[in-house]
This record gives sequence, C-alpha cells and structure tokens, in this order.
Amino acid sequence: MGISAVALSRREAVLSRAGGGIARGIAIGYLSVIVLVPMAALVWASRSQGMGTFWNEVTKPEAWSALKLTLGISFLVAAFNALTGTAIAWVLVRDSFPGKGFVNAVIDLPFALPTIVAGLVLLELYGPNSPFGVNLAFQRAGIVLALLFVTLPFVVRAVQPVLLELDREMEEAAESLGAGRFAVFRRIVFPNLLPAVLSGVALAFARAVGEFGSVVLISGNIPFKTEVSSVYIAGQVESDNPAGAAAVSVVLLLISLAVLLLIGAFRHWRTRHDR
Amino acid sequence: MIGRYALRFGALGYLAFLLLLPVGLVFYRTFEHGVAPAWDAVTSPQALHALWLTLLIAAVAVPLNTLFGVTLAISLVRHRFPGCGLVNAVVDLPVALSPVVVGLSLYLLYGTGGWLGGLAGHGIKILFALPGMILATIFVSLPFVVREVVPVLREIGTDQEQAAETLGATPFTTFRRITLPAIRWAVCYGVVLTTARAIGEFGAVSIVSGRIEGKTETLPLYVQSQFEGFNTTGAFAASVVLALIALATVVAMRMFRPGGEAS
Repeated sequence: MGISAVALSRREAVLSRAGGGIARGIAIGYLSVIVLVPMAALVWASRSQGMGTFWNEVTKPEAWSALKLTLGISFLVAAFNALTGTAIAWVLVRDSFPGKGFVNAVIDLPFALPTIVAGLVLLELYGPNSPFGVNLAFQRAGIVLALLFVTLPFVVRAVQPVLLELDREMEEAAESLGAGRFAVFRRIVFPNLLPAVLSGVALAFARAVGEFGSVVLISGNIPFKTEVSSVYIAGQVESDNPAGAAAVSVVLLLISLAVLLLIGAFRHWRTRHDR
Repeated sequence: MIGRYALRFGALGYLAFLLLLPVGLVFYRTFEHGVAPAWDAVTSPQALHALWLTLLIAAVAVPLNTLFGVTLAISLVRHRFPGCGLVNAVVDLPVALSPVVVGLSLYLLYGTGGWLGGLAGHGIKILFALPGMILATIFVSLPFVVREVVPVLREIGTDQEQAAETLGATPFTTFRRITLPAIRWAVCYGVVLTTARAIGEFGAVSIVSGRIEGKTETLPLYVQSQFEGFNTTGAFAASVVLALIALATVVAMRMFRPGGEAS
C-alpha cells in the first residue's frame, strides 16, 4: 500500500509540474533511439557469434597491433597535452600581450575545423610536398602531429577557468613567507589545477583514441605500422568483416566509458575541494 | 622575467606552428593560381550538391538536438527521476566515442541482418541514404546544447520560477518568460557548437553514407574523394568553404561564450 501511495503522489507531482513527465519521456525516448539502441546493436553484433569469435577478432595480429598503437600514441599525446595545455592556459590567464584575445579565440579552431580538412592541410604541410622539407606522411610521427592538432583545446579549456578563479592571495602569502617561484607553483598552483588538468587530459585521450578524419590521410594506414583502430574498423567494414569491426569497436566503447567514469571522478574531486 | 618571455613565446610559437600555419596554408593553396580555378571547383555540380546536402543534414539535426537538449537539461536539473545518473552518462558518450564506432553501430542496426534491417524491405531506406546520415550526425552532435544549458540552469536556481508559479503563471509561461531568457545565451553557444560538429562530421557519416558520389556525399566526404582522385584543387576549394565556416564558428563562439560579455 505504502509503495503505491508514494508512487501515486510522486506521479501526481510530476504531472502537475510543467507536463514535465511527457517532455522528459520524449527526451529519454529520443536519447534511446539515437544512442542506446545503436550501442546495444553494436554490442549484440560483436557477441552474436560467441565470445570466442569476439576474442579472436580482438586479438588478431593486425587488430591487436592497431589497438596497441592507438593506445600508446594516445597516451603520449595526452601526456604532452598536459604540459603544453597548462602552459598555454597559464600564458592566456597570467600573461598579457597584444593580440591575446585573438590567440584565445584561435584555441577553439580545432573544435570548429572539420577533421578531414585538418588532415588534408597537415599532409600538405608535413607530407611529401612539405614546404619545410619535413616528410612525416605514412609515419607514426604524422599521426602524433594530427592528434596534437585535434586535441589541443581540451586541456587549455579545462584549466583556464580554474586558473582564472584561483585566489592569488594564497600565492602571495607563500611568496611573502619566502617560497621561491617554483615552490609556489609546485605546492600552491599545481595541486589546485591538477583535477582540471586530469579531466582535460582524459578528454584529450578519449578523442585521440577515437580520432579518424585527421589521421586517415596522413597515416597511410599501413598495417602493423601506422594503422590505428578507428581506421582498422573502417577497413573491416569495407572488406565486409562486420564481426571484426564490431569486436574492436566494443573495445573502443569500453575505453570511452572508462574515460567518462574517470572524468566523473575528477569532477567530483574538484567540486569537493570547492566546498 | 626571462622565464615569463620564454613561456609566452614558447606557447605562442607552438600555437602558430600547430594552428595558424595549417589554416593559413588552406587559403594559400586554394588561391595560389588565382580565384578563378577555386571558384570553378566550388561551383561544380558535384561540389554544390555536397554543400547542399551538408547544409540540409545540419538543418535537420541542429533544431532537433536543440529542442532535445533544452528539454533534457531541464529534466536533469529540475527533476530527480530513476535512471537520472544513467541518462547523464549516456549524454556524454558521443563526445568520448569514436565517430567510426558510431557509424558502425548504425550500420549494424539498419544493415542487412540488423534488428531494423527489415525496414529497407518496406521501402524505408536508412543506410546509404539521407536518414542514416542524419541519424549519425544527430548522434555525434547530441551533447553540446545539454552540456551548455545544464550549468546555467543550476546557477540560476528555482526562486524566480517558483515565484512565477505562485503568481499563477502556467508552466509554459514560466518557461517562456523566466527560464528561456536566462538560458538563451547558453543555448546559442550550444547551437554554434552543434552546427560546427554537424557540418564537419566525417567518420560516422563516411561509414553510414556509402559515399555515393553526387548522391550521399557531404562536403567533408567530397574533400576526401577529390583528394584521393588527385583533384587537389577541388579538395582545397571545398576545404576553404569548410574553413570559412569554422572561422565563423570561432567568432560566434567568442560572442556567446559563457561568462563572456554576452551573458
């Protein structure tokens, strides 16, 4: 009795509020049709021929090597972003120079520029026709470059607001107590920025793992050498092996979910510090 | 002092080398031999069709995602409901997931042998046709409006909305007169991000469209097909169009940025 009464009153409350129940139902239905059903179909397809096939497809030499390359390069790119992203955010917040507004706007370009355009120009700049004589095409260094381009904004945009809000008094207090500039950064600034840096790094990592458009032209897609997982998946679709494509895709899906969980944890950590 | 300059020029140099140089090159390569060849390439029937298709897909995906985004943001912030956490997590998924995986999941769902593969037999063609490309675009550009509106809704709180309700305003009036004016800049910012992503999407659409020239080829797909067909002029001319859209996006982002002048 208790349960149904609670359910009823809750239901009435919902209905009385803004027809919110219907609107929410539509929103969740939309989310299901667009995201959840395709994801379920993907997981279903990857397991439809049994776990054995799934595992075989993932550990096939070509698939496995692509996966290792993808993860390795993404770690490298994400770690490098922690450094450059924090430095750029620092310069944008603490330094002042003419044209700062322009530089600040330019940071968002990789978000706005279609990835295939990024891939095309990077290939022109650092490929066989390079005006600098630097040919990174069909090499792993070329993939790193493309990924650095597309992941640039994540750490900058995560760190910038935190740095803006950071109380300068703490740093001044430390300085007046005789701490050197490095000590101030290491003991005051860095611990405050860390959660933001880590969420930015995690997003950059996820983006790097899944990146396709900017990489597909410059990498040359040579199996065991420059073929990343997203390109491998597209190749398997074209050579009519959807089972292989689905298996590797599920691995990428699990990585994405793990990264999202991590970011949630970082966010929680950051807001707990605020309170 | 020296350290500060070293950091400044290090950071700016890195940005120039990684961002400005490539974007500058798109324009240089396109107009290297004058405007005429580039103009001819952009106005070829195939390129125009690709541009039209790209805009058409965005014109469907962006309004749907905006409507959905605002509704879901209000549901997430103003109501607690079972599965709230799950919905929150699912909304973020498109940002973290590879577009190729998105494309493949639709390919498996609507393809032969997929759960909804039977629709093709009833004359509803989704894969290798416009509906599939729209679904893929909606998927990848889904989170932007939600993610911009949620923090603003949290910040403004419910005081004004409750006051309006006690004064007898209907829920719709409260939304139109109180909530919407408060979130409009966040919505605009989200719409800009959604549009940019919808126009530039490559990986997901590439798998779902089947890349049929002159039929299911969007502008980003056209760039790739022209480049691979050794029509570099065509590829760069189309890239310039996309780069101009990207620059307009960046300008619009400056205008609507949360916490900026506009809000």
